[in-house]
Amino acid sequence: MNGSELVRGSFALAWRELLRFFRQRTRVVGAVMQPVLFWILFGAGLSGSFQSPDWAKDLEQPLTYQEYFFPGIAVLIVLFTAIFSTISIIEDRKEGFLQGVLAAPVPRSVIVLGKVIGGTTLAVIQAGLFLLVGPLLSFVGLSPGLQIDFSVTQALMAGLFLTLIAVELTALGFVIAWPMNSTQGYHAVMSVVLMPMWLVSGAFFPGDQGGWLSWVIRLNPLTYGISGLRRLLYAGQLPVSESLPSLSVSLTVTAVFTLLCFVLSVRLVARPTANNVT
Amino acid sequence: MTSSDSAVVAHKVSHTYGRAPALDQVSFEIPGGTFFGLLGPNGSGKTTLFRLLASLLPVQSGTLTVGGHSVATNPAEVRRLLGVTFQSPAVDPRLTVTENLKCHGQIYGLGGAGLKQRTNMLLDRFELSDRSRALVGSLSGGLRRRVELAKGLLHSPRVLLLDEPSTGLDPAARRQFWDLIRSQRQEEGTTVVVTTHLMEEAEQCERLVLLDSGRVVCEGPPAELQASLDGQRLSVRCHNTESTQAGIEQLLQAKARVTGDSLQFRVPDAAGALKQVMDELGADVISAAVSQPSLEDVFLERTGRGLQQEEEA
Repeated sequence: MNGSELVRGSFALAWRELLRFFRQRTRVVGAVMQPVLFWILFGAGLSGSFQSPDWAKDLEQPLTYQEYFFPGIAVLIVLFTAIFSTISIIEDRKEGFLQGVLAAPVPRSVIVLGKVIGGTTLAVIQAGLFLLVGPLLSFVGLSPGLQIDFSVTQALMAGLFLTLIAVELTALGFVIAWPMNSTQGYHAVMSVVLMPMWLVSGAFFPGDQGGWLSWVIRLNPLTYGISGLRRLLYAGQLPVSESLPSLSVSLTVTAVFTLLCFVLSVRLVARPTANNVT
Repeated sequence: MTSSDSAVVAHKVSHTYGRAPALDQVSFEIPGGTFFGLLGPNGSGKTTLFRLLASLLPVQSGTLTVGGHSVATNPAEVRRLLGVTFQSPAVDPRLTVTENLKCHGQIYGLGGAGLKQRTNMLLDRFELSDRSRALVGSLSGGLRRRVELAKGLLHSPRVLLLDEPSTGLDPAARRQFWDLIRSQRQEEGTTVVVTTHLMEEAEQCERLVLLDSGRVVCEGPPAELQASLDGQRLSVRCHNTESTQAGIEQLLQAKARVTGDSLQFRVPDAAGALKQVMDELGADVISAAVSQPSLEDVFLERTGRGLQQEEEA
């Protein structure tokens, strides 16, 4: 098995992932529409009670809640897409497709790579579309004007960082899904681990009033994904604060956690167990 | 034990799930090009053996080689030689026939014109060409099985593993499936290893291993195994089984084996016995048949159990 066969196998699985996605329209609705609705509804509903964080003081206009929530929603779309992609591992195992792949002469890492490439592509397409279209909603009165930087360089950097977050969350989803044999179990993990992880990442509220909450936020790897994306959207104008780490810290933590999840996934897949057979 | 032209060699293979033993010191050899059957009731260990061969389970003890490569130490090479058709479908119902084959071919390292040509050839051979754009989920069970088979043969494997391949197929689709297997062997000389609990399928094999409770009961060509039993078989169905049984037993001086509503007797001359029964007790008989010992009889004689029994239990 040489490198080109590894690439070919991974892309074959990723391609299948995309085909399946576009044949299930409801998945698009689930992964994009819900976050967009959240953005509009929470944005409108919480605008009065939102207390702008310290780091937003230097912005030209006061930071509205909907603007604060903007990068968090992009990451929520990525998270939902990653969950939908990786939950299919459990279905593939049940339906038998997975053992057909496991019986093939490919390195086990192809299974992880295929899933990560497929899931990441879908997540970046959807979250990227939101980042482009979201600000336009202000023209129809569904969002306030955003003060983000619209330059091409900045969009490209934000896109690359979004890709990194997508790899991170797909690999994390893989680690959770692989040992499971029921989709119900995955839903449970989603409710008690993945959603709370997103809630306390600075995506939903700043949480910089100190106490235990700010510690939870600082220990949460996704905090650094949110802060990195937020900084790239504002072209580095934001000051460093407790709830908004610097870009280099955000990038480092996100990259290390991504690598960790990926390596763990490959390790898990490499172990032949009775769990793999249908 | 190893010989160069053996497709598969198993030597003292044992396997346990947790503490439950599934295979116990199983040894056999499959010469290249053979149509080989693993026959046994459900729970006899044949699917475990199949999974070990397909390198989906770790080899716990003993040695297992395919084409001279150890399944335990060189699974990548073994996987290259194997085409596998699982009992549960391994095709994606949401993809079309061609998409499934393309995806699978690429996973096996095929691509470009070669893959396209091979796909078209197999679609043609398996009479799937006109359904190539249909979603697999919309196909009948028989057609889906054919897609599975085509998928398993894409990379021209030397050994084709089939796990209970006719499960869920109606008799016509079943016949068609076996015709395809036969023509595949003729065209490419593929070694075929099939697990089954059905006698009719096992009888078509060139060689058989009979498995029971994880052990090899006996091995050989089906005709030889059947010939190893003496006597012929007379089966009788009667109106009142209970009362007639004693009468026939006394008449033939043979003990009856009851399966369902039919009585079976082992006799040296079944045709003579049939005449005797019809002359004396003909009024009670619904139907009667004469046969040579079947593989079912072989299994029964060696293990004291029927092949189908376990399944019902």
